[in-house]
Amino acid sequence: MEEILENKQGKEIMLLGNEAIVRGALEAGVQFVSTYPGTPASEIGNTFYKIAKKAGVVFEFSTNEKTAMEAAAGASFCGLRTLVAMKNFGLNVASDFLLPLVYTGIKGGMVILIADDPSCWSSAQSEENTRGFASLSHIPILEPSFPQECKDFTKFAFELSEKFKIPIMIRETTRVSHQSAPVVLEKIKKGKIKAKFVKNVHQFSTMPPRVLEMHQELLEKIEKIREFSEKSTLNKIKTGDPTSFMNKGGRVSFASKVGIIASGASYLYVMEALKELNISLPVLKLGFFHPLPNKKIQKFIGRLKKVLIVEELDPYLEREIEILARKANSSIEIFGKNVLPEVGELKPEYVISAISEITGKKVNLNFQKHIQKFKKIKLAKRHPNLCPGCPYWFVFSAVKKAAPKGTIFGGGIGCYMLAGFPPHNIQDYLYCMGSSIGIAHGIKRISKQKLITFIGDSSFFHSGIPALINTIFNKSNPLIIIMNNSTTAMTGQQPHPGGADTIKIENIVSACGVKSLKVIDPINTKEMEKTIKEFLNKKEVSVIIARRPCVRLKT
Amino acid sequence: MEHITKNQFNIVIVGTGGQGLITILKIISQAVLIEGKDIKTSELHGLSQRGGSVEVHLRFGKEIFSPLVKQGSADLVIALEMQETLKACYYASKQAKTIFLVNDFFIPIPGKKLLGKSAILKNLEKFSQETILIPASALCKKQTGTPVTAGVFLISLACFKNLIPLSPDSILQAIKKIVPEKYLELNKKTWLLAKTKNL
Ligand SMILES: Cc1ncc(C[n+]2csc(CCOP(=O)(O)OP(=O)(O)O)c2C)c(N)n1
Ligand code: SF4
Repeated sequence: MEEILENKQGKEIMLLGNEAIVRGALEAGVQFVSTYPGTPASEIGNTFYKIAKKAGVVFEFSTNEKTAMEAAAGASFCGLRTLVAMKNFGLNVASDFLLPLVYTGIKGGMVILIADDPSCWSSAQSEENTRGFASLSHIPILEPSFPQECKDFTKFAFELSEKFKIPIMIRETTRVSHQSAPVVLEKIKKGKIKAKFVKNVHQFSTMPPRVLEMHQELLEKIEKIREFSEKSTLNKIKTGDPTSFMNKGGRVSFASKVGIIASGASYLYVMEALKELNISLPVLKLGFFHPLPNKKIQKFIGRLKKVLIVEELDPYLEREIEILARKANSSIEIFGKNVLPEVGELKPEYVISAISEITGKKVNLNFQKHIQKFKKIKLAKRHPNLCPGCPYWFVFSAVKKAAPKGTIFGGGIGCYMLAGFPPHNIQDYLYCMGSSIGIAHGIKRISKQKLITFIGDSSFFHSGIPALINTIFNKSNPLIIIMNNSTTAMTGQQPHPGGADTIKIENIVSACGVKSLKVIDPINTKEMEKTIKEFLNKKEVSVIIARRPCVRLKT
Repeated sequence: MEHITKNQFNIVIVGTGGQGLITILKIISQAVLIEGKDIKTSELHGLSQRGGSVEVHLRFGKEIFSPLVKQGSADLVIALEMQETLKACYYASKQAKTIFLVNDFFIPIPGKKLLGKSAILKNLEKFSQETILIPASALCKKQTGTPVTAGVFLISLACFKNLIPLSPDSILQAIKKIVPEKYLELNKKTWLLAKTKNL
């Protein structure tokens, strides 16, 4: 049996942050889980895919993040505890639904797990910071730092969600979701709610004037949750070295004039830095990013001379604290993005340097000198590449042979974006899922240049279909090559509707009225080349479905 | 030893996607758990697994916070490929008395001229106390029939040589727990090979 399903209270096992989220949901009695794959969140769906049956949980890979969130909400409206997981970009797709959902609230506890990826370790398109959705949608956001917290926060989030009838977001970053550490297990709770949708237009139907009332109610709800956040142990004062900071009653003594505020992975780097520099400073660890415990923060900064805000990417927290400081301590010096980078993830050494700069404590190793020395090494970049035998090798080589000079190549998100690396070098633009076709249409509507655009099959179902229909409705003629490898390959071979022949892509394409349509096994390179040449001269949109399974599907 | 006084041990493992870094990370983690110490690891999934450079971190000892090894502080670098050792120099230093345990094995990068062995070793010298070069892939291939267990060989050897403060028996126990039944014999054999090579 999978270790993650072990029902031994108190047992300690190694879990990845994402696995700990799964375990937390199981301990909370989750009954419905949906997702669309996206790293660094993928292991949550992958794990449920493996264990759902045994765990008695309804699980699905949805067609995209919006349908996934809507499905989870539907199940929550029927009273079930539900979890929906996705990477940051997925929330953009789902956000049209998210905003009214936060207004109406939910019934069964609903947790929305979002994984950000500072430094873009497994992302192409941006260093999106999901914290921005706190002000956009008002959704409460929790930020765990390590696997034990991933589990505990998830359990807590379900309770908070049910208590306040609002979906709760848990925001991870790569170094949390892909961090492993021992986790102490508690009992798994089998959810036993019988699904029943009880009609309640007052709650579930947004429309003015009711929707404005809902907005007001939401703001009031958030203030109640803020009071909760003030008292919550998720926001607590930690010290670098407890012995020198706690007096007998266990209370923090503010002998220090410098304090630090951090959450998520940043908190771990702070604690490491204090250990390294051998100093103890008070640290306010925030488990809630939204709503912030304003009073607790004001009390914390009230007696300090300097405060350092350690956060990755944009200075969201720093700005909030600047505002809070105006009332609490207007003379305090606030450090943040002036000593830490705003681009790329943080590393422990950056935090060590920042604290050293503020406190004057000396660093053991001269990082600057060390970097200079390191930069002298001639490093050869090792690009990722298509697997040996990958069907895309054949597609790309046929395209290169058949396309005339000057052809524009549209790229999309998936294994096929490796078209942009050598030896292929056929990718002139790359944005987000589904946009390869959308942009192709825009270019072809007004330009006579030849254009071939690639889209993966999972991407096609995710968001490519409306873009294809747009090319037909608004009459442009790109050549679209659908990379039909029967799986969502890049994120780890998750199934999609075109996989087990549930829905045949050619049926969709021809139903849209595309006349120049061919399904080709790309190893027939002659046919591929011939068809590409022929289709590039068509007056209307043309589609080649390059069908051959991903080689990793067999193993 | 340095790491005993500072209560923590930092390992960086480098290689390329497909060399099984995550499995060996899991084996060491399990061994640490068996010995009852605190541990944090950091792995990366995604694009890099398509043959790109991969780097994983493991820290254990008493009260570990950061999952990432900081610049210049690795006690041990295990490299499954020669070229990739160079990237790990970021985490290594003379000050930390870093030891490199390196698989004498090259995976070429198409269209690029790579540094040769002696040039690589010269670079490592500037960032380490010692480099131990072992043809792990070739040895495993010869003795077990396949080079895929080179990583398991290296971590086992590291324990036998006392380069990692963990008992080789814990590694063996961890192998039994982590490795799928199908490959268990092969991996046990690899552990034994490391034992004989250390004699
Ligand atoms: C909105 C959004 N959701 C998820 C992802 C993560 N993601 C990156 S590549 C990919 C797989 C796409 O699969 P497919 O289109 O079939 O291409 P393949 O990898 O099989 O070539 C996914 C889901 C993303 N980048 N954006
Ligand atoms: S995972 Fe599949 S689609 Fe991706 S490169 Fe490998 S064979 Fe090709």
